[in-house]
Amino acid sequence: MPLLEVSNLITEFDTDEGRVRAVDQISFSANTGETLGIVGESGCGKSVTALSIMRLLPQPMGKIAGGSVLFQGVDLTTLPLSKMEKVRGNEIGMVFQEPMTALNPVHTIGKQIAEVLLLHNDYSTQRALKESVDILDRVGIPSPDIRMGEYPHQLSGGMRQRVVIAIALACKPKLLIADEPTTALDVTIQAQILELIKDLQAEMGMSVILITHDLGVIAETCEQVVVMYAGKIVEKGSVFDVFDNPSHPYTRGLLASIPTLETPPKSKLSVIDGMVPGLMDLPPGCRFENRCPYARHACGQSVPPIQVIEAQHEVSCFRWRDI
Amino acid sequence: MSDKPILEVRDLKMHFPVKEGILLRTNKFNKAVDGISLTIHRGETLGLVGESGCGKSTLGRCITRLYQPTSGSIYFEGQDITHLKGNALLPFRKDIQMIFQDPMESLNARHTVGDILEEPFIVQKIGDRISRKKQVLKLLDTVGLPARSTSRYPFEFSGGQRQRIGIARSIALNPKLVICDEPVSALDVSIQSQILNLLIDLQKEFNLSYLFIAHDLAVVKHISDRIAIMYLGKVVESAAGETIYRKPLHPYTRSLISAIPVPDPHRKVKRQVISGDVPSPIDPPSGCPFHPRCPQVMDRCKHEPPQLRSVADKHLVSCHLDL
Repeated sequence: MPLLEVSNLITEFDTDEGRVRAVDQISFSANTGETLGIVGESGCGKSVTALSIMRLLPQPMGKIAGGSVLFQGVDLTTLPLSKMEKVRGNEIGMVFQEPMTALNPVHTIGKQIAEVLLLHNDYSTQRALKESVDILDRVGIPSPDIRMGEYPHQLSGGMRQRVVIAIALACKPKLLIADEPTTALDVTIQAQILELIKDLQAEMGMSVILITHDLGVIAETCEQVVVMYAGKIVEKGSVFDVFDNPSHPYTRGLLASIPTLETPPKSKLSVIDGMVPGLMDLPPGCRFENRCPYARHACGQSVPPIQVIEAQHEVSCFRWRDI
Repeated sequence: MSDKPILEVRDLKMHFPVKEGILLRTNKFNKAVDGISLTIHRGETLGLVGESGCGKSTLGRCITRLYQPTSGSIYFEGQDITHLKGNALLPFRKDIQMIFQDPMESLNARHTVGDILEEPFIVQKIGDRISRKKQVLKLLDTVGLPARSTSRYPFEFSGGQRQRIGIARSIALNPKLVICDEPVSALDVSIQSQILNLLIDLQKEFNLSYLFIAHDLAVVKHISDRIAIMYLGKVVESAAGETIYRKPLHPYTRSLISAIPVPDPHRKVKRQVISGDVPSPIDPPSGCPFHPRCPQVMDRCKHEPPQLRSVADKHLVSCHLDL
């Protein structure tokens, strides 16, 4: 049984212009000890997926309108809030993109880590503080006992992200959801943070869901990958399946449009023409139809069903066999 | 490419005073740019790469004379423009233009696109109303936006389209040099490749020279003829793009290249992760600025700042190592 199983999840938001469906019937699962990547461009619904799992959708606008999120066999979407609070931060930890907004500027680092430990364990304050120092040390913060008394603004971006990771991992969760954990950081710092998450994962045997727009980060850190476009999953499979044999035109287009150090300088990069459709006026058929070089009449008529290419590799496209 | 450079920067320094205490006395300086020399030829792209806070944007702003540099000189087509003021600068404003990172912040939200694109002509007193309108339509066509955009406001456009507007404005007056300050960093990958293609096409069409500032080495290598790597206000290595990638010599350049995630799951090489953060430019380390993070640090590096020296044809490195 997978640790986390998301099936047919639908998340909707009430806006001034009406109801929008940010996540539309997505299904995927994360196995114990594995890293699952969710990749897609801005507005594709990857962060909303994470917030739906954690039940942290902005209230009262956002709500889960269908589907289930099974975590260790328990459906999180119907769990009473009091029980959900015991899951958050304890069994599922979360790391956000911008560490400055994720940390409270008026509390010391130490207090913010100890808070999680005190909330979920029957610890004395002294023990919680002592353990906080150990965790800070574990995430690679130099002189942790001094840093305990400092405030977030006194730390660099990379150090702050280490603190956020320390908070997320304080209670040794079984699942870590990291939403663009390195996007705001420089490459050399990004490398440090990804390495840290990998090391801690191996040490604690936890599963990780890594949300990013960077296919390079996915290729280097994940075993499984889910590609999202305009609220739907267009392709999923192992990283080898998806990168070696990309079967959805969007995945192909995405992979072809990244300049790497190997592409000849000033050569024409391949592009995906056009833009993502707005969530308010989604087309009736395939959502990628207006940008797809392989689109045919049928693609605009109905939503392509999920088709199995091989064991774990699935694609949502009418024409995957032909391209 | 002619031999006479279009832009020559000599030993440029930009030290910002840091005011402290209740008397706001200046005791320290933020040495954002600390002795940089570089040249750009006609039709050439010089890529400038470095992590946040290394001074790359400050350098760009000094060249456009948005900042008054502390010392050093800037020659444009052989003429010293370092100390020009007011009206004397106007002709150079036409020749040196800039594209900013965030098009939403660099376009006036209360002006229509037509007004935004017409403004450069008005400032430079070029043409009458009718000919200016014609020019605006031509510009829109050049950057691939529909003519009806003139009466719309920036918020009605997507990020990629807004960047096209920013590019249209920068090329309005037929400049010779365009400073591109992280022009694609805020864009999604599929849009990023569209903008890079556009910049390369425009360069060919108008024989533009670019100073292309970015933190993404893969993007910079794609568009640049030569690359300069910056660290804490200094250039540590500069060479042809291909050389930087195939034969990087400075330990910082090497770790920067090794830190880039590659979108290929088969390449599971152990990264060379450099530890530590970028030190503050207010209080930079003694000797070589990179020595606290350098994996190959020697005793000498701690006291003696290395000079930029030529190690091969057009390949400059600032390092004490025997390269």
